[in-house]
Amino acid sequence: MTLRNSIRTTLAAASLAALAAAGAALAQDIKSIKVGYAISKTGPNAGGAATTNIPQYEMWVKEVNAKGGLMLKSVGKRVPIEVIEYDDRSNSEEAVRAVERLITQDKVDLLFPPWGTGLNLAVGPVFNKYGYPQLTFSAVTDKAPELAKRWPNSFWFLGTSKQYIDALADLLAKARKDGRINGDIAMISIADGFGIDLASAARAGFAKAGFKLVYDKSYPIGTQDMSPLLGEAARSGADTFVAFSYPPDTFALTEQSKVASYAPKVMFLGVGTFFSMYPEKFGPGVEGITSLGGWAPNNKAVLEYAKKHQEMFKRGPDRWGAVVGYASLQMLEQAIERVGKIDRPAIIKELQTGTFNTVIGKMKLVNNMPKDAYPLIGQWQKGFYAGVAPAGPNAAALVIPKAPWK
Amino acid sequence: MLIEAALSGLILGGMYALVAMGLSLQYGVARIMNLSYGELLVAASFSAWALFTGAAVNPLAGLLAVVPAAFAASWLVYRLLLAPLVRRARTRDALEVDTILATFGLAFVVQGVMLGFFGGAYYSYGYLAVPVKILGATVAVNRLIALGVAVAIGLALYFGLTRTRAGTAVRAVAVDPESARLVAIDVRATAGFAFALGGALVAAGGVLVSMFLTFNANLGVLFTMKALIVVIMGGVGNLLGALIAGLLLGLTETFVATWVDPGLTLAATYSLFLLVLLARPQGLFGGSGR
Repeated sequence: MTLRNSIRTTLAAASLAALAAAGAALAQDIKSIKVGYAISKTGPNAGGAATTNIPQYEMWVKEVNAKGGLMLKSVGKRVPIEVIEYDDRSNSEEAVRAVERLITQDKVDLLFPPWGTGLNLAVGPVFNKYGYPQLTFSAVTDKAPELAKRWPNSFWFLGTSKQYIDALADLLAKARKDGRINGDIAMISIADGFGIDLASAARAGFAKAGFKLVYDKSYPIGTQDMSPLLGEAARSGADTFVAFSYPPDTFALTEQSKVASYAPKVMFLGVGTFFSMYPEKFGPGVEGITSLGGWAPNNKAVLEYAKKHQEMFKRGPDRWGAVVGYASLQMLEQAIERVGKIDRPAIIKELQTGTFNTVIGKMKLVNNMPKDAYPLIGQWQKGFYAGVAPAGPNAAALVIPKAPWK
Repeated sequence: MLIEAALSGLILGGMYALVAMGLSLQYGVARIMNLSYGELLVAASFSAWALFTGAAVNPLAGLLAVVPAAFAASWLVYRLLLAPLVRRARTRDALEVDTILATFGLAFVVQGVMLGFFGGAYYSYGYLAVPVKILGATVAVNRLIALGVAVAIGLALYFGLTRTRAGTAVRAVAVDPESARLVAIDVRATAGFAFALGGALVAAGGVLVSMFLTFNANLGVLFTMKALIVVIMGGVGNLLGALIAGLLLGLTETFVATWVDPGLTLAATYSLFLLVLLARPQGLFGGSGR
């Protein structure tokens, strides 16, 4: 070995060592991955946020941190997650301010979305401006495909109102063809985002499927007595009763139908029907009641997830958005670990194109939305909220007529 | 159908009256515009829920625990938080502004405590959701009980206030605290008593509505608003007025929902409110005592 060579080798070794040291210093610099979210802890949205979103966030963070954090290849180790949480007070200006603060002052690495269609639309431009992935799972809007195009960083896991209405109309059309129900539908809806959206989609969808809306009324938020509406629906002679309602009204509708012994052949109620407290409150009386969402009857992973949820929060998850939201977080986790660093454009790209293993099965997004990944319509069957549409190997059959009240 | 609608309307109205009567006492007699009213009502609902699910105490028996506790807590709130404001207030208007601010803050404290204990999720349990037939119409027993209690409290307090010596003292404080002192009425003690009694009433309302309404820690403001309308419509401080105003609102809402459009119930309620205020700014039964 010549002197020159020796020097060269020494220099190379030294610089390598220096590089390695720098690398180690860099790795030690990333002590945590900061995840932030602004969510409705107070105000009218708090009930939905506490039921659908917050448990998924807490559960996922706890599980990831129990493993030591997210595996980042770029630093060669697991990095734990640190959470920053704000209350948006169910107010869109507040939500926008809080998200901006999370990005610019707290300098979070990732953001979780707020609860509800309205707030997700409100914060959408901010997520988009700073290029943060927005994985919504408590927003239903017919604009979802358009939004996914305008904001490629936004993902709409619950899809459009139309897809739910189409699935419901298909089910009903089949039942009518089989002579199990007549062609009349009585529909009520809450005069607020969710109710207005779904009711207008339903007017079009039911008409297209050849149904006649013999009763179609909306009612204001905070209505505490549903008996006049139920009375009119019963007198309308429709075999199918559809309510796009919020949890307090859903519970009142159920209790007051039971008291009045109003048991239409198909009874479809809104948000709340798929909460775990629903069968706890009404017992076997819920048999045959239909609503959004549902679980595939044969999916063991979902049941395990539900058990963990029950242990952690002392109540079960809702049977619509919750498990989809949890799956979206699993996708986010896998996307980050595949990219190997907090490179948001690359993570978004991976979410758009990758295939992921989740609690509800293999997921691959099409235009930033899942396709046939979970049931759209569910029904309480022997204490289990089974998915009944869209039809497929994972769907149970719709039971008609709804059992009489007990 | 008419009987059915009328009965539903009366029952709904009874509930409105029930949740409003406590505020009528607090505002009418103790002169405290209590903006934390709805939160206290929801807190009582949570207590009933906890007793029912945790200790299997039915809500009607739960009243025996919750109502005295609410009376004591309200009395403490009055002595510790509100009495200093009463002492320093120069005019009735100044007192009103101060108490609005103080109880607005209290509302957030109570709400925060409930959020801490129960989170933002919905709570509900079932008790006496059984049908009973009255004049051919079917109603739920739990809602009927709420109506019955509202009527009983309304009448009892009305006669208690107008026919007894202590009630007369309470009314004297309501009409003119300065002059009441001249006839040896302990104004502060009487006002404190009225405020605490109002607190007991709101707790009774909260326990009873929890039998059939779904609630969460954020629902308070809804009840405060409804109670405010009923109280102002019925005449501030007049329990019978609150009862009748509540029943009127309930009937209007149900009739409009049955024969016009359920979407117009709020509009109908506020139109009625407006009409009453235009014709009688002091409320249906207000003014006679002043």
